[in-house]
Amino acid sequence: MGAPVITMDVRRIGDEVAVVDIKGEVTAACEPVLMSAYEAASDGKTSRLVLNFAGLEYMNSGGIGMLVTLLVRANRQRQQLAAYGLSDHYREIFELTRLDEAITIYDSEESALNGVAR
Amino acid sequence: MTETAGPDQVAGPERVASAEQIGLSAREAAAPVAPQPAVAPQAAVAPQAAAVKSPGRDAASWARKVERLEVDPREGVRGTNVAGRRLTGPVQGFGKMWQKSYRMNVGSKIEPEQAIATWKEHFPEFWPKGNRFAGALTGINPGDVALLDLAIGGGVKLSTGVFVLYADAESFTLMTPQGHMFAGWITFAAEREGDDTVVSAQVLMRANDPIYELGMTFGGHKKEDKFWAATMVALGHRLGVPDPKVATTTTCVDSKRQWRNAGNIWHNSAIRSVFQTIAAPVKSLGRMLRHDKGDGKQASKGAT
Repeated sequence: MGAPVITMDVRRIGDEVAVVDIKGEVTAACEPVLMSAYEAASDGKTSRLVLNFAGLEYMNSGGIGMLVTLLVRANRQRQQLAAYGLSDHYREIFELTRLDEAITIYDSEESALNGVAR
Repeated sequence: MTETAGPDQVAGPERVASAEQIGLSAREAAAPVAPQPAVAPQAAVAPQAAAVKSPGRDAASWARKVERLEVDPREGVRGTNVAGRRLTGPVQGFGKMWQKSYRMNVGSKIEPEQAIATWKEHFPEFWPKGNRFAGALTGINPGDVALLDLAIGGGVKLSTGVFVLYADAESFTLMTPQGHMFAGWITFAAEREGDDTVVSAQVLMRANDPIYELGMTFGGHKKEDKFWAATMVALGHRLGVPDPKVATTTTCVDSKRQWRNAGNIWHNSAIRSVFQTIAAPVKSLGRMLRHDKGDGKQASKGAT
């Protein structure tokens, strides 16, 4: 299995919100990277997690499966999951797989942060 | 069978299943660049419009968005319980969430692309006896809907279908509609591991409703494991593997049931298939009677 072509940086917005900037290819191979980012983002009192897909270059069905697993972990910790920065193509994939019913999609970081703050 | 402890059974961060378990195909990332659809004209005119991005290089591998499934009648299957149904992923399912992996080493002589091409081309032929998969004539392509008749015992065939969610040279993914036994998807993939090629079927699913969940708990999982193992052994034989062996790994990703989705039972294709089986002779009798009546009328018209 080749090394994943992805980086995920975590930014904290206050105590309760963390943004994960995803850059590169979301496939099953990047699961350890996503889970470490999740661990870093879940430090402390994080109750809302925002995934920034603006740097997403490629995603396959393995990547979608991994997001479902992330969703399960977040639900278990009673954390709210949101996303922004998806291109029309990836937004359509979220809708097709009906992942958008569990991960709220926003158009921008500002609207995502406002949305999860409610 | 190797039973792997899932996130629910093991404490701490390491409880997350490995990439291989979650992974549906790591090599998909290295797949050849898909032909890109033309860039939207407004993107060329106004590149500063950040919201308009070109589609990803995986665009050709994904199905286009559908709200409800549409099907054409297919030879040899009943073809019910699919048209008008929505797709269901693990988010929409009811039961515990499972991740299952069936893996088989097919040796060094077969390339991953060759294994997947054979699997796609002959997919229905590998299914165990008594079950039928009626796909599109063109094979397995993103957006195709295949109709299924599955043997569930008592002479009843469960009629349902699957949707081709994703397909490239080294993998393809099928997603289930409302009423199917499970809500989720299954990915068939092949990749190089060292010198050998390993083919796999990886399932991420929840039982769709409480009845299916009961069925899965009492023998359904075992039956499913046997089904996919038999399918892969048949593929192995086709690929010329002398003694194909399938390794099964099962992980419970979420032990919670989603009671808010218990209403999925309304679409249960097993229940509907039982009624459709019972109703079939009555329906055909009705058709025969109508036909006879029509003939009688024509005969009396002819006589006058």
